[in-house]
Amino acid sequence: MSSYGRVQVKDNKYRFRGDFHRLEQNMPIRDADHGWKLMGVTKPRDMTYVHSYGGEAIFFESLSQGKLMATKCENPACEANGSVFQPFRIHCPDCLSKCTVIDMTDLAKETATIHTFMVCERSGAFSVLDKPIKFINVEFENVPTILFSYLLLGEPQIGMRVLPVFKIFNPTYTILDLSWVPAGTKVGSLPEGFSF
Amino acid sequence: MIKFSQQQLKAPKFLRPVYLVTAGQSKYDRAIPDKRTEELCVDALTMAAELLDLTPAELKQYIHSCYYGHFADHFGDQLLGEAVIHDRLGLDPLGNIGIKSGGATGGSTLWEAAKAVASGYSDCVLAMGWERMDEVPTDEGNFLISCAADRDWESPLGHIYTGYYAVMAQKYWQVFGKAEASFRRTLAEISVKHHGYARFNPFAQSGMKITVDDVLMSPVIADPLRALDACLMSTGAACAILCDEDTAVELTKDSKNKPLRIWVTAGSHTLRPADRRDMAIPLLPNETADQYKNLGKEFPGGERYPGFTGFLAARMAAYYAYHMTGVVDPTEDFDVIELHDAFTISDVQTYEDVGIRPYGHGRDYVESGDCYHVNPHTGKPGKLPSNLSGGLLGCMHAVGASGIMQVFEIATHLWGRWAEIHGDANRWKEFGRVKPADWTDLQVKDAKRALSVSHAGVGSHVTATILMDPDHLLKKDA
Repeated sequence: MSSYGRVQVKDNKYRFRGDFHRLEQNMPIRDADHGWKLMGVTKPRDMTYVHSYGGEAIFFESLSQGKLMATKCENPACEANGSVFQPFRIHCPDCLSKCTVIDMTDLAKETATIHTFMVCERSGAFSVLDKPIKFINVEFENVPTILFSYLLLGEPQIGMRVLPVFKIFNPTYTILDLSWVPAGTKVGSLPEGFSF
Repeated sequence: MIKFSQQQLKAPKFLRPVYLVTAGQSKYDRAIPDKRTEELCVDALTMAAELLDLTPAELKQYIHSCYYGHFADHFGDQLLGEAVIHDRLGLDPLGNIGIKSGGATGGSTLWEAAKAVASGYSDCVLAMGWERMDEVPTDEGNFLISCAADRDWESPLGHIYTGYYAVMAQKYWQVFGKAEASFRRTLAEISVKHHGYARFNPFAQSGMKITVDDVLMSPVIADPLRALDACLMSTGAACAILCDEDTAVELTKDSKNKPLRIWVTAGSHTLRPADRRDMAIPLLPNETADQYKNLGKEFPGGERYPGFTGFLAARMAAYYAYHMTGVVDPTEDFDVIELHDAFTISDVQTYEDVGIRPYGHGRDYVESGDCYHVNPHTGKPGKLPSNLSGGLLGCMHAVGASGIMQVFEIATHLWGRWAEIHGDANRWKEFGRVKPADWTDLQVKDAKRALSVSHAGVGSHVTATILMDPDHLLKKDA
């Protein structure tokens, strides 16, 4: 009986439980045009990576709580002093001092607009987003950077006002827990699991 | 607003001249199931030796250290793939190292190789690049490529790298292209041109005689980009041999290859476009400080630099390269170029980043006919022909090899050997390809100087490689 691999941190060490990989038989690759001679083999593999969010963990945890966290350089000696970083940066890219974590949910609700977008008809393997994917980059007032995300409802346009929505129910604890909808969208229109 | 220090903006300098003496490449294709990667690398090195009328064993005697460009270990399911190739090429006990910088891997490999000669560490080096992108299904290939984006902030979003670049394309399309149908056709012209030139290149994977309408009718990937606007996914290998002056003279004494001076520079920018902050445009020698003061008025939305419309890394690679070599105006100073046309629209963006046209006016390079071998409007030679190989759209994008393939191609023009190498009937036959009845000699006559640009994805790494006939330098102490 197999079980999904699960990981906990205990005593600052990873504790692994369950199955993290499955064995599958490799298969021969043969040349259909030349007497079925052997050309190679398949190498099936199913593995689970373990990945630390480190100092960004608070950002991903906060998404599941309906909050958009960012960071701010507060080093008075730095030219970037006062800059808000979204994407969240643990350290200021200029002075490398540790940034202060701030909650910018209200700023996002009040000022988020689409800087650019792309409606993408394709996706790679293991994607869980429905196609077409409406990629958007979102800019905020007085934030020098431009967050990459996706639009959940409506058709994107440059300059469109958007509101953040969060996957509070059954979160994935990934960047997919944050999405955006056009300003004016009613709560009843949101897909299951998402909330303002 | 980011500012750069004078130390950061210093023109690079090699401690001694570096020469390209030969180069070689394998056949390129979407899949090459009958050859292992090392067989493709042997093909490339053997060709490089043959262009010097040497055997591979004779050429190998000169090599002192090796630089291997291979981007995606996980495509080949082989860590330390460089060590496998090095062993199969029989180059022990020479020092060797693997180099990875996404789509710019080939260019970065040349960068490292050139510095090894310039510093005096080695008198002769091998730069070899390859990629094996045929051993996974395409959607898994797209997944693996998306791993080059930020794994927490970008990759989960569709696992499709094209999408991460495409938001930038959309911004350029709307701001500088003004979403005009005429600009859309200009983009399609680039695809027609590159697939068309690829027809005359036996190494190329996707030579096609197509029309603008064919491009505009191809399947949408991410509007306005369509399938024929996008580069290929390829398998293949390319190599180059770089030397100091004495070794270059000795290696080329009985060959048709004249040693060519080579310089390679590099720039970088944020892996995530989202992290880009504003800055003043770093100016190239053919630009003036007030040239861009009305850019935002001329192109509303284009106020931010580099914003999502320019590639700072390409601009900086060109900045370093031009100051290093004395290039003032790329259109006047170069005779042929190979640019990293990952998408038709990124090709246009690069025209501006490397100063062929000012920011906002890249399309004119195509519309004027300057970028063609023969200008379709005048019937005369194009002022600065680009991507006569077919580029990444028509020839190949075997990532680790691409930047080296570009240098192979521009070198064949400077050596005056383009027709000999690309027109060889035996080579077409060996690669299982039919030489077109209308095969055309694309040799750029009297070519003396050339540029190639190798570019990673959304612009995290870009290199500029300049080749010059040593009798036609622009700066004596370059």
